Amino acid sequence: MELSEKSIKELNRLKGLYPSRRSAVLMALHVVYDQFGFVGSEALGAAAEILEIPVMDLQEAASFYTMFPRRKAGKYHIQVCRTLSCELRGSEELMRFLMEKLKVEMGGVTEDGVFSLTEVECLGSCGTGPMMQINDMYYENLNRAKTEKILKELRERAKND
Amino acid sequence: MIEFEKILFRYIDHPGQDGIETYVQNGGYQALEKALKSMSPEEVTEEVIKSGLRGRGGAGFPAGRKWSFLPKGVNKPVYLCVNADESEPGTFKDRELIEKEPHMLIEGTLITAYAIGCRTAFIYIRGEFVFGASQLKKAIDEARAGGYIGSNVMGKGFDIEIIVHRGGGAYICGEETALMTSLEGHQGYPRVKPPFPAVSGLYGCPTIINNVETLCNVPHIINRGGEWFASLGTPKSTGTKIFSLSGHVNKPGNYELPMGIPLRELIYEYGGGIKDGHNLKAVIPGGSSVPALTADKIDVRLDFESLAEAGTMLGSAAVIVIDETVCMVKAAYNMTRFYQHESCGQCTPCRQGTYWMLKILDRIEHGRGEPEDLDQLLEICSNIEGNTICPLGDAAIPAVRATLQNFRDEYEYHIANGKCMTTMGPRFE
Repeated sequence: MELSEKSIKELNRLKGLYPSRRSAVLMALHVVYDQFGFVGSEALGAAAEILEIPVMDLQEAASFYTMFPRRKAGKYHIQVCRTLSCELRGSEELMRFLMEKLKVEMGGVTEDGVFSLTEVECLGSCGTGPMMQINDMYYENLNRAKTEKILKELRERAKND
Repeated sequence: MIEFEKILFRYIDHPGQDGIETYVQNGGYQALEKALKSMSPEEVTEEVIKSGLRGRGGAGFPAGRKWSFLPKGVNKPVYLCVNADESEPGTFKDRELIEKEPHMLIEGTLITAYAIGCRTAFIYIRGEFVFGASQLKKAIDEARAGGYIGSNVMGKGFDIEIIVHRGGGAYICGEETALMTSLEGHQGYPRVKPPFPAVSGLYGCPTIINNVETLCNVPHIINRGGEWFASLGTPKSTGTKIFSLSGHVNKPGNYELPMGIPLRELIYEYGGGIKDGHNLKAVIPGGSSVPALTADKIDVRLDFESLAEAGTMLGSAAVIVIDETVCMVKAAYNMTRFYQHESCGQCTPCRQGTYWMLKILDRIEHGRGEPEDLDQLLEICSNIEGNTICPLGDAAIPAVRATLQNFRDEYEYHIANGKCMTTMGPRFE
């Protein structure tokens, strides 16, 4: 659970970047999340030490913002937009389809740990719904065939890693 | 269909437009050069005031006038925050500008920074826009290498840095004071105004906050003059506007059109009409925070004044099209769930009001509603209205009040029969 060299370097850059040190909090949480796929207490402590801020500042922000889960999600973390424009284009059916294909409940992780599935509010992709975000990538204008193909490719990729 | 001149989208699908070389070939950074070499900061502000440019984030406040509110002779740094926290449901225009025209936003930011005497500008981009943030970082590096960012830009003594700051997934941080609180490293709670950000904003210093689309207009206003810009659109809503069209249309997408274009034209001519041959039921013209219009009202023009007269708002110009198969109770439930989820919890009327509205809508939607629920919903709306620090509370009201006003029969049917009046067929093919 050690911070990587890349993370340490980025945290040091953030430390001197803002007029106030505390401003680095959100960007620091992104650094930790990007490395581990979640924000754990140990990593937050190490980050706080580098930034020379109380670890409480990081924990407080992590509890407010939705992008920093405290527990590990699947290797591929699927977030389906459920807000109005996407619902009008079939997001509920997309969610049911994903639960069925992955054999997982909303909010759950597949047994092999490859996929986790969650529903989220508007991702700013309303003209291309239904859509989902998997890790950093947007997948838009989804239909059954396209979604199935994406899952298959990611499953393959997970196997080869 | 009339072809209007596109200002912001002229080169949007031009290959390489996101790189500095192509951007400069297509006239990029000429406005910055013009501003720095031949205009004083006051003249830049004056030109933007003359253009009539109003904020594109939703409130529609005149941009140049906002800049002129900065107090003079204060011995503190001035900050510029670019609001790229686009998250109003239905809105996806800033994302396209950021991903495909990042240099236009950088140039607008630089000119604005020059006008207001700012040396450090922040672009607060919503956390989920990972690609957008990387596009901006790349553009900033290119602009720095090209001598447009840094110290003594173009030898004119203009020092400027731009910092890209990623949010953490909170709708509330698009509200200007919450954005600043968040940027300071705190939970994103809005602040009471006054003091307004121009007087006491980021780190207690004078701060200007502008939306992405607003700033993208600035280079064009400097290049072609405020008068030219004011000649586009309507007298009070000048320029073009990017309309994010979504929902049940054949061709959803972003359309840049002059302010004042009729809603009917946007839906039927540009958007290709209603999908699958259905009839139109309702349109939300400015993001989910504004009242929906019924199908008979779509001859309204899309500008700040006309939509206000029609009892709704232009907001972020996110046009959500709803066809006859949709149950409006379910639509209201969906939107209320959004506000309940995104309420920061600071003010009781919003935190509790959205919670109870969602509970009541949930039981109506699932066949357990009571006739008195409808008056109860309206009462909660009145209890939220005007009683919160920021506009999120008020923004949660139209989803309930406007649907109840226009589609009360659907609510009553739900309560009497325990199910929707309409059935939305499969949409996911």
